[in-house]
Amino acid sequence: MADVITYREAVAEGIAREMRRDPSVVCLGEDIGAAGGVFKTTAGLHKEFGSERVWDTPISEQAIVGAAMGAAMTGMRPVAEIMFSDFLACCWDYLANEIPKVRYMTGGQVTVPLVVRTANGGGLGFGAQHSQATENWALTVPGLKIAAPATPADVIGMMAAAIRSDDPVVFFEHKGLLATKGPPPPPDHVVDLGRAAVVREGADVTLVALASMVPVALTAAERLAQEGIGVEVVDLRSLVPLDMATVLASLGRTSRLVTVEENPYQGGWGATLVSVVADEGFGLLDAPVRRVTGECVPLPFADALEEQVIPTVDKVVAAVRSLAAY
Amino acid sequence: MEPAALLALYERMALIRRTEKAAHDLFLQGLVKGTTHLAAGHEAIAVGASAALRDDDYVFATYRGHHHAMARGATPEECLAELMSRATGLCGAKGGSMHLTKAATNMLGSYAIVGAHLPMAVGAAWSAKLRGTGQLAVAFFGDGATNIGAFHEALNLAAVWKLPVLFVCENNLYMEYTPIADVTAVPRPAADRAPAYGIPGEVVDGNDAVSVQETVARLARRARAGDGPALLEAETYRHFGHSRSDPATYRPAEEVERWLKHDPLDIARGRLVEAGVPEERVTEADERARSVVQEAVDAAKNAPPPDPREAFTDVWADGGAAWRT
Repeated sequence: MADVITYREAVAEGIAREMRRDPSVVCLGEDIGAAGGVFKTTAGLHKEFGSERVWDTPISEQAIVGAAMGAAMTGMRPVAEIMFSDFLACCWDYLANEIPKVRYMTGGQVTVPLVVRTANGGGLGFGAQHSQATENWALTVPGLKIAAPATPADVIGMMAAAIRSDDPVVFFEHKGLLATKGPPPPPDHVVDLGRAAVVREGADVTLVALASMVPVALTAAERLAQEGIGVEVVDLRSLVPLDMATVLASLGRTSRLVTVEENPYQGGWGATLVSVVADEGFGLLDAPVRRVTGECVPLPFADALEEQVIPTVDKVVAAVRSLAAY
Repeated sequence: MEPAALLALYERMALIRRTEKAAHDLFLQGLVKGTTHLAAGHEAIAVGASAALRDDDYVFATYRGHHHAMARGATPEECLAELMSRATGLCGAKGGSMHLTKAATNMLGSYAIVGAHLPMAVGAAWSAKLRGTGQLAVAFFGDGATNIGAFHEALNLAAVWKLPVLFVCENNLYMEYTPIADVTAVPRPAADRAPAYGIPGEVVDGNDAVSVQETVARLARRARAGDGPALLEAETYRHFGHSRSDPATYRPAEEVERWLKHDPLDIARGRLVEAGVPEERVTEADERARSVVQEAVDAAKNAPPPDPREAFTDVWADGGAAWRT
């Protein structure tokens, strides 16, 4: 394997590794076969595994996710692709009412080991219906695990964990990160869901970020270091399970918290995280909490407008400065 | 059909009818909370189809699904205990009337979002094809489901992938309270849609268990042979309203009378007479059904409620409900 791998290649590599070790892993989705996916995140899978394991579907999100559920209940480990995470709304019944509830409402009689992968997030000028960060939609439903990796190595490690999980996992692949590069992980690399990573240490302020907001937070931390402000950056990696232990431990060191969320302020994942901090970590805090989030408007098209809505390094730097001075 | 098999079919239908009647009565006594969607009148579809299936075939049903659970091996006691919120219920009282499931016999659930389970049945059939097991998946649904997107997505995908799945519509003429004919562009809500997906669409008397059995057996053979899915529209009628709160006054009296005279149990009794089964055998079957259901009611009444801690089990495959560290 090459010295570096892109996030995009890591998606296909992560799936391929699991398909090699487990014949019950099968893929389905729109344009994922010979075409390799509209984002080329399944490139090479059809060639290696053939039509028996990589299935092109019609544009039928309900059939895709519903069929994945039926297959998962009967011995397979399907990996379903929903092309853009905005389209999860087209099959929301399955993610809100069916998949997360069937185990519970049958008294544990059935298991649903499936992954729904989807291209998530903005910053690429796709407009209001192809740009949303929708992890927080899934966060409203008990019974779904939620993965949102920020690096190629995590894509592979978390894909392994997601596919091997006996629970349903919604796996958010960030469109803005697809071209980013990183070192390829060793064979059988598994990153358990629910383990956040402290990706930069610092003594003054904790930044908690997810997916594309992790590099934004790291860039902000670098700039703030030049001002003498030590920023610790926590990459949450998954929203369910939510690794509050790592967040609270970091606050024990810094006493100040800023969340960096691409989703809108209203109903964003940071609200849940901050409520746990308020409940269980209030005594750790020396300052108010700030949430740097997407604005509460639909995603606009033009760059000049989109950058008003999605969190930027400048906004994060300003939030951290205000807290450091508190 | 052999007389013994016919009698067994009849007895299973009688068991379902009596269980539904018991569910109705228990509701009126305040022992069943929430709602119920009784399947009295629909018995021949579940029992006739089941007689044509292999034991390991997959069945997916709707919130009107008591008959399917019992046709696929759930006991009246398990079902009634579930309705009565008892620990001994089919789903440990975590599902209720609308979600009866018996995974041990591949009765993979009753779903209460109209049409949602058709794609699941497609997925189970896809899985059977991938694993080469020769299993079939069957989705039973009401006429109302034929106007929801998941129905159409499921039929198309099943046809394109040529999957071993049967779609069985229980057309009882009403989508909840509204005549299905008033809200559907074609006369046959299910069968008339089949040509659009290039699959067979047939109509059968859903109150005649033998006709249902024969038709499903033929369509199942075809599907197992690799010739793909089929859509069967079984005509039937509800003996009760849509749900517990519905007296079904919107149905014309003469229509109700006509259908009550076309009762699946009466039709099966006629078949038994034709087959030369002595009347006392039928009476014995009725008596067995009566006594099984009475014992089921007593057992369910005496069963304990679920342990409150069960509210926090089985969210995840590890048995727990933890969402954070």
